This record gives sequence, C-alpha cells and structure tokens, in this order.
Amino acid sequence: MALTEQEILAGIGKIVNEITGIPASEVTPEKSFVDDLDIDSLSMVEIAVAAQDEFGVEIPDDQLKHLKNVKDVINFIQN
Amino acid sequence: MSTGQVRVVVTGLGATTPLGGDVASTWSALLAGQSGVRDITEDWVDSVPVKFAAFAAVDPTEVLPRPEARRLDRAEQFALVAAREAWAHAAIDKVDPERLGVVVGSGIGGITTILAAYDTFKEKGWQRLSPFTVPMLMPNGAAGWIGIEVGARAGVHATVSACATGAESIGYAIEMIRSGRADVVVAGGTEAAIHPLNIGSFAAMRAMSTRNDEPQRASRPWDKGRDGFVLGEGSGILVLESEEHARTRGATIYAVAAGVGYSADAHHIAQPEPTGAGVMLAMRRALENSGLTGGDIKHVNAHSTSTPAGDVVETVAIKKVIGDHPLVSGTKSMTGHLLGGAGGIESVFTVLALHERIAPGTINVDDLDDGVEVDIVRAEPRALPAGQIAAINNSFGFGGHDVAVAFTSI
Repeated sequence: MALTEQEILAGIGKIVNEITGIPASEVTPEKSFVDDLDIDSLSMVEIAVAAQDEFGVEIPDDQLKHLKNVKDVINFIQN
Repeated sequence: MSTGQVRVVVTGLGATTPLGGDVASTWSALLAGQSGVRDITEDWVDSVPVKFAAFAAVDPTEVLPRPEARRLDRAEQFALVAAREAWAHAAIDKVDPERLGVVVGSGIGGITTILAAYDTFKEKGWQRLSPFTVPMLMPNGAAGWIGIEVGARAGVHATVSACATGAESIGYAIEMIRSGRADVVVAGGTEAAIHPLNIGSFAAMRAMSTRNDEPQRASRPWDKGRDGFVLGEGSGILVLESEEHARTRGATIYAVAAGVGYSADAHHIAQPEPTGAGVMLAMRRALENSGLTGGDIKHVNAHSTSTPAGDVVETVAIKKVIGDHPLVSGTKSMTGHLLGGAGGIESVFTVLALHERIAPGTINVDDLDDGVEVDIVRAEPRALPAGQIAAINNSFGFGGHDVAVAFTSI
C-alpha cells in the first residue's frame, strides 16, 4: 500500500530531526534543504541513506542532487 | 623569573574525566582521593585479560545534543565538552579571529570510529558509511571542530605524540603566543580509546595492570606492587593568552604558563630510557625556557603511569634536575591514564594546584618502591607554600617523547 504524502512528510521530518536537530514541524514540503533548512551536503547524504532505509527506495547519487525541496523527496518516494 | 619573552597566562580551564564531567567535580574528587576506575560491563569483556578501565564519569552523549554527537568521534565529543567549559570559563567576549588559535591533539585519534566503520563497511557496504566517517576518524578532528566553534583563524593544529600529546599541545600553544602568531590559544588533549582492540593491544605489550580483583587499587604509581597502567578516557583543555591580552580585558588569571621543555629518548619505541636522560633534558629545558631554577619548583605532577619500568626513573630525574624538595603527585592513580588526554587534564591539575596552593595526593601507594627519593604526596593532599611558586607537569609518550610544561603562580 502506497504511503500518503502526509505519512512520507512525517517520516522525512523524523529523519531530518534525528540527523540535524531541526524540529520536524519545520520540515514542510516547500522548504529547500540547503537554503531554508541550512543542511549541508554531508548531512543530505545521511538523510538520503536514512530515507532509503525508511521507505525502501534507492536514491541514486545523480538523482540526489535534484532533490532540492522536501516536496521533491516526497515525489521521488511516491513515484 | 623573566626570560624577556611574551608572558603567557592561563585564563580558562575545562575537563571531562573519569572523576567528573567538569573541572570542579573532577578536582574535588581528586582532592578526596577517589578512583575513577570501574569494572568493564560491556559484553566484550570476556575477550580481553583486563576487566576494568577508567570510563568518563559523564558520558558526552548525555551532554551534547544528539545531532551533534552522532557526527563526532567520542574523542571529539570529550574535547568539545572540555573546550566549551574552558572557553566559557575564560569569558572572552571578543577576540580577533586571526589572533585566535587551537592546538588540541589525541594519541590515537578516532579509533573507535575506524573500527565501527570497518564493521559497517564489511557488513553493509560503503553506501552505509556515515559521510562523517573521515572527519570522525582523523586525529585533527577535535582541533578542527573546536576551531570552528570559537572561530579560530590564526591556525588550528593537532600534535600527535602518544601519551605526551596533551602536554606537547600546550607547549606548542605557548610558543604560538610567544612567537606572535596568536593572542589566545585553546590547547590540550583528548582520548577515547577504551575498546577491546586497544586493551588487547596494550595487554599484548604487557603494559596494562591486570589487578582484576581490585580495580580501584590497580593504578598505583611508585608502589612496589604496581603491574601496569589503567586505561582512562576524557579530555583536558586550557585557554592560554598573552598576558597583555588578558590584562587588557581584565581577565581572571589562574597561573602563568611559564615555558616548555621537549626532548626525545632516541632509545626504544615503547620503553623508557633507563637513566632518565631524556626526561632530565626535557625538565632542564623547561626550566631554561621559563627562566626558573629547580628551587622555584615546589610541585611536580609526574607522568607516573604505574608501569614497572617508568615510575622510579622519573623520580630519579626529578631529584637530579629539580631536587628532592618538590611535592610530587601521581594523579593517574585516580584518573587512570588518558593517553593523549593525560597532559591536558594534568596541566589543569597543575594550574589548580598553584592557584589553590594544594598538591593532590597519590592513592594506592602502600609500599613505596626502592629508589624513590623525592617527596611523594601519598594518600592526603598537601599544602603548597605561599609566595611566588612554580610547578611542572611531566608527560612522556611511546616513541620516546618527553615534555615538561612549567607553570608559575600569580
């Protein structure tokens, strides 16, 4: 059964909080990881690996660089 | 006591040790003669012949926010905790970043990170390695993180000289300030090496105590029954500052970091040179570098690790270079041996001894070994005299490194 956008968002929020300490409530779909959440590229790798484990999807490196906003990750996981 | 050089003073102290999570708790436990050693309860204990160690009294992961702790090696965690305390203690509102430096080293570096990462690599593949693995395992990682935290741009350095690392770092920091490269330097040492591989490796050298039935009696410098060192972990950090910079901002000064002496044994990779020639040279150079005489030195925080080979020869060297008058303390009897962190915490102790005029005791000296002809402070701490006095912290390391750092009272 596919996860809803809300469920994925909650999962991403939890991961971002675990790795960066940013409150999950600040992780909203329109936020940019770099510009809004101030997450560096090393932390993005950690987030991607954790998201792969959580949602069971592979995020290749050439795709990771296109995932700029939280919404991009949600879309990637849903598709 | 003048060398015509820029005077360097100590304006901040920080520590996290087997006796306490900060300077105050560590110092009071030290003066109370407590032991920081406990049984190893981890499941790997059966794989090693040593069943005890001096674990940090306060686990750094309880102090640091989790997102921060997970990207730091345990040695970096200790160093950041101690450096934050020292920095807050120094209360520096403003310093030119280009005049601010860091010198913090470790004997072994991120060894537990390396070993855990290799397990991850073998079991799950490179994709599951933390992207912070490299900054966690590199021995200059602690210095780098502290430099970022305080905004140090004058230079961030990490000396590596095994168990002399912390003292060598402080010596290097004194020289950074004296040579005009910096006004303020955060300096010290850190170590987090309590892991079965390290214990097994030190045990393979027959360097560790195996007094498994009496762990808190195992670290016993100068006692006839000593059978090796006790592994400890933690960090000790000083904030060093040019006297002019400190006085201009009205800082509280705890001691003068008067000078440093370095030498090397050129003898054996892991055994002390039996005549103490290298140790004597380091102490002589520390006196020269500080403009002090042996008579000025009223207290020595000795390296004294509780190994059969090194303890007595150090006292012979102290007697020859300084005399038999100083009060000599072996604080590893309580803290265990913090390896690269030792010179850091023992410099903190030496500064506090001068500032509070009290020499810590040495526990577990039941039967003083033959040939020890200096005044060892046994069970109870003893008062240091009033007036202008000086003290030396000795640290020696595998590789034949000898470092003596001299401090004087204010």
